This record gives sequence, structure tokens and C-alpha cells, in this order.
Amino acid sequence: MLRLENVSLELGGKRILHDLNFETRPGEIHSILGANGTGKSTLASVILGLGGYRDIGGRILFHGEDITALGVSERAQRGITMAWQEPARFEGLSVGEYLAIGRRGARGDAPDPAECLLKVGLAPASYLARAVDATLSGGERKRIELASLLSMAPKLAILDEPDSGIDALSIDCVVEVIRTFSRNGTTVLLITHHEEVAEIADRASSLCGGTVLKTGDPVAVARFFRNHCQECLHVNVPQLGGLE
Amino acid sequence: MTTGRSEQLEALAAAYEAGGGHAATLFDRSSASLSVSGNAVIGSNEIPGVHIEGTALPNGVRAIITVDPGAVVPRPVHLCFGVVPEEGVQEIVSEYRIGDGARVAFVAHCTFPNALRVRHVMNARMHIGKRAEMTYSETHFHGDRGGAEVLPALKVFLDEGGVLKNEFRLTRGTVGRLQAEYDAEVGRDAVCEFYAKVYGKMEDRIVVRESIFLNGENARGLAKSRIVSSDRCQSEVIGEVVGNAPFSRGHIDCVEILKGAHARASAVPRLVVVDDRAKLTHEAAIGSVDKKQVETLMARGLGEDEAVDVVVRGMLR
Repeated sequence: MLRLENVSLELGGKRILHDLNFETRPGEIHSILGANGTGKSTLASVILGLGGYRDIGGRILFHGEDITALGVSERAQRGITMAWQEPARFEGLSVGEYLAIGRRGARGDAPDPAECLLKVGLAPASYLARAVDATLSGGERKRIELASLLSMAPKLAILDEPDSGIDALSIDCVVEVIRTFSRNGTTVLLITHHEEVAEIADRASSLCGGTVLKTGDPVAVARFFRNHCQECLHVNVPQLGGLE
Repeated sequence: MTTGRSEQLEALAAAYEAGGGHAATLFDRSSASLSVSGNAVIGSNEIPGVHIEGTALPNGVRAIITVDPGAVVPRPVHLCFGVVPEEGVQEIVSEYRIGDGARVAFVAHCTFPNALRVRHVMNARMHIGKRAEMTYSETHFHGDRGGAEVLPALKVFLDEGGVLKNEFRLTRGTVGRLQAEYDAEVGRDAVCEFYAKVYGKMEDRIVVRESIFLNGENARGLAKSRIVSSDRCQSEVIGEVVGNAPFSRGHIDCVEILKGAHARASAVPRLVVVDDRAKLTHEAAIGSVDKKQVETLMARGLGEDEAVDVVVRGMLR
């Protein structure tokens, strides 16, 4: 479905991604585990095609189409979108309007904004008319970001740490939302630090030094991450002078 | 004469609609209203608690609007000031006397839909009594030709516990030249909020100056500006808050967005603390539309131009 072939990226003279190869399967939840600075968010930006992350080596295929040269809008129109780790805030734009923007290009059976809010645990009557601005807490904003993706019914949802900044009691709700994406046929690329969240995935990949070290069963990959990567010395990354 | 006024009122009502107003409100006898075209008062309606005196001046109108103490005005008072021809001068000298404990909202429309050479000067004074609350929302429409010169000046006096929320909005059509000057003297426990939202295009020139003097203990002031300058528009926002009294609080919040390589913007915040128990703050941001906002909307499928437009329109609401 999504396939990255030998993707490399340099930013400011520093190589951030190294010959990265990676693939997702239709409808799966695929976790990306990695310590801080290993390139997880950069990988998300590259897949989304954000400005500054387009000049890459290698290529990106989506449903067989080479999308390497496409911009963010074109990729979104093909069904690729993202929930940011720290979502933007919009003065004067209501939650209902924000959710409706994503829904414009969605499939006909995509849920309406009120349904989407209910799925992320927010009461539509209290939130649809509120502005997506600084009056929302960080946790509320992140839930609205997830609702926005639900309303878009994308083919590929990149979730960049949807569980960060969320209180412990709400983690179950976030996990349920992630499963909802998958049930609706959306492939989820789940970037997280939390092993217990990563383990809900069908498959997981461990990222270190800008490359994928291991892909497979999420519990096994989480164990690998815990044993090899949390105190990362890049010992697993030969390109960085470590040992394989 | 009656026919002439009727025709003028019709033309003004059409201009009012063009500027985003609902003309029916000007004819609604249950709402207080005042309609001025050029230098003629062509419609005026009083209701219990609200008194309107309008007299012609050589180039405009003097209006005195009085709200009785304790009056709670159930519907907004509608004001319409317009110059329908392509050329003209209109000077409005207005005074608002809001009695102690009164509560009233004004919705004003200033409309110059055909302006090629129209000069509109507004000199307004507002006196808001003790614990009175007033909101004043003024929307301008200057047409598409950039031919308006608009010079509103407002002087506000807020007595103890009085509240004013004043909004100036010019987001449709062109601006022409705008020089808005607002001053407020804020008494004990009183609150003054100034909001300005302007979208400049072509060769428009925009200057917004807001000064709030916090003179009474626990007085509050906010000057919030949202300006978008596109094409070759130039904008300047000068915000000033002076903390003269203990425990007074003031804040300046200015965002100016530039669209295009030739637009220019500047912001000058000035905070003066006279009483060391006052606290004043400011924030200002000038530049292009926030990249993350635009990319977020693009990731929902919008094109870049449309995403910028959504951000800008939201900010100017």
C-alpha cells in the first residue's frame, strides 16, 4: 500500500534518514517505535510531503503510484493525512467547520462531525461551535485532531504520538479510536513512545538512527526496542559506525 | 422632500445590505435606529429608554444617543451611516451617554459602496456610566475601488464598573485609507476592550491606534488587532496601555498577516506602568500565515491558496 524505497534525507547538512525501506499493508495498524531523535516525526513529514521534507533520495509509492514529487494537498487528495503531535490552532474556525473541511473529500460513508466527536469522547453539543483555538486544552485539541481524521476517512492515517499529553484514563479512548480507523479500512501508521500502545498494532517497526532496524510482531519489536534502543548508542546501525 | 427621503432611505438600505447589514432592521419599529445619508437624517426611531437626537451639519450630522439609567435595551440599536454617490464628505459627530446600570448593544454600519472619492470623518465620544455595559460593533464597507478615506476617532470614558466592548470590522471590499484613533479612560473596576479586524488590499493604507488609560483601581483593558495586508497594502498598528492605578491589568494582542511580497506591516506596542502594582503585557506577530496551520489544512485536502484563505477568514471573523 505505502512503500518507501531507499529513502534518505539530509537537513542542514545532517543525514536524518538513511536508506530507509518500509512498507505498510492495507488496513493494518503499524507502530513505529523509536527513541527521541531517531527520525520518527521526520519519517511522518516525508510521507506526508511537508515542505522541507520533499527533497529526498529514493522514492515513495502509494497504491503503486510514485508520489515522491507530489505535495501535501495532492497526497491528501489520494487519502494520506496526519494527526500532528502538537496540532495547530485556528482562531475563528469552529470545531464543526474544521471537521467539515476534512470531510469534503471523504468517502460517502464517512461519519459526520458529531459522530466523530462522540468517537473521541467529546460531546458534540459542547464542542461543535467552539473555536479550534487556544481555549482548548492540549488533550481536547488532540482528540479533535483525531476526530478530524475520522471525518476524512483517509486511506492512510499517520498518527504522530496521539497518546502524548493525554491523561492516563483517556489512553483507552485513544486506543479505541485507533482501532476504529482500522475497522473502517484505514491503514494507521502509529508513532509512539509507549510500548503498551505500540503493542495494539498488527505489526511494528523499530527506528534508530534514521533507518528501520526491525519489523514484525509488535510485542517482539517492543521487546527489541526496550532491550536495544531505549539506551541507544546506535550499536545496531552500521551506517553510523555501530555493530549490526 | 418626503419622497426624496424615501428614495434616499431606499438607496441607503441597499447600500446597507451591500455592506453586510440587514436593511429590515432599519425599518423595525421595535428597535431603536438612526439612518444618515450624507448630511441628512433620513430615519430615526426611538424606543423607551433610548433617545436619539440627530441634527444636520454642513457636511454631516450631529447625533446624541442617550440610554436611560438602568435601561436594559432588549434589541441592538441599529445605526447606518452612508454615502451612496461616488464622491462626498460626511462628518459624523456623535455622543453616546449610557446611564448608570444600563445595558445596551449597538450595531453600526458605515457603507460607501461606490466610493471613488468619499471622505468619512467620525468623531465619537462615549460616556459609560457606573456598572453600565455597552457593546458597539461597527462594520464598514467601502466598495471595491479603494476610493474611501475614513477617519474614525473615538474617545471613551468608563465610570466605575462600566464595561465597553468595541469592535471595528472592515473585511470586505477595499479599505482605501483608514486612520482609526481610539482612546479610553478606564475607571475603577471598569473594563474596556477594543477589537479591530481589517483586510487591506491593493494600495490600501491602514493605521490603527488604540490607547487605553487604566486610571482606576482594578481597571482592565484589552486592545486586540487582526490585520491582513495583501497586494501593496501597508498597515500599522500602534497599541498603548498605561497602568495608572493599582491592580490594573492591560494587554495588547496584535497579529498582522502579510500576503504577497509587496505588502508592508508594522506594530508598535507601548506599555507604560505608572503604578508599580499594575501589570501590562503584550504579544505581537507579524508575517506570513502560519505554515503549520496551512499544512494542516492542506493535509485535509485543501489547496495552498484555499488553506491560506481559511486561516485568514477565520482570523478576521
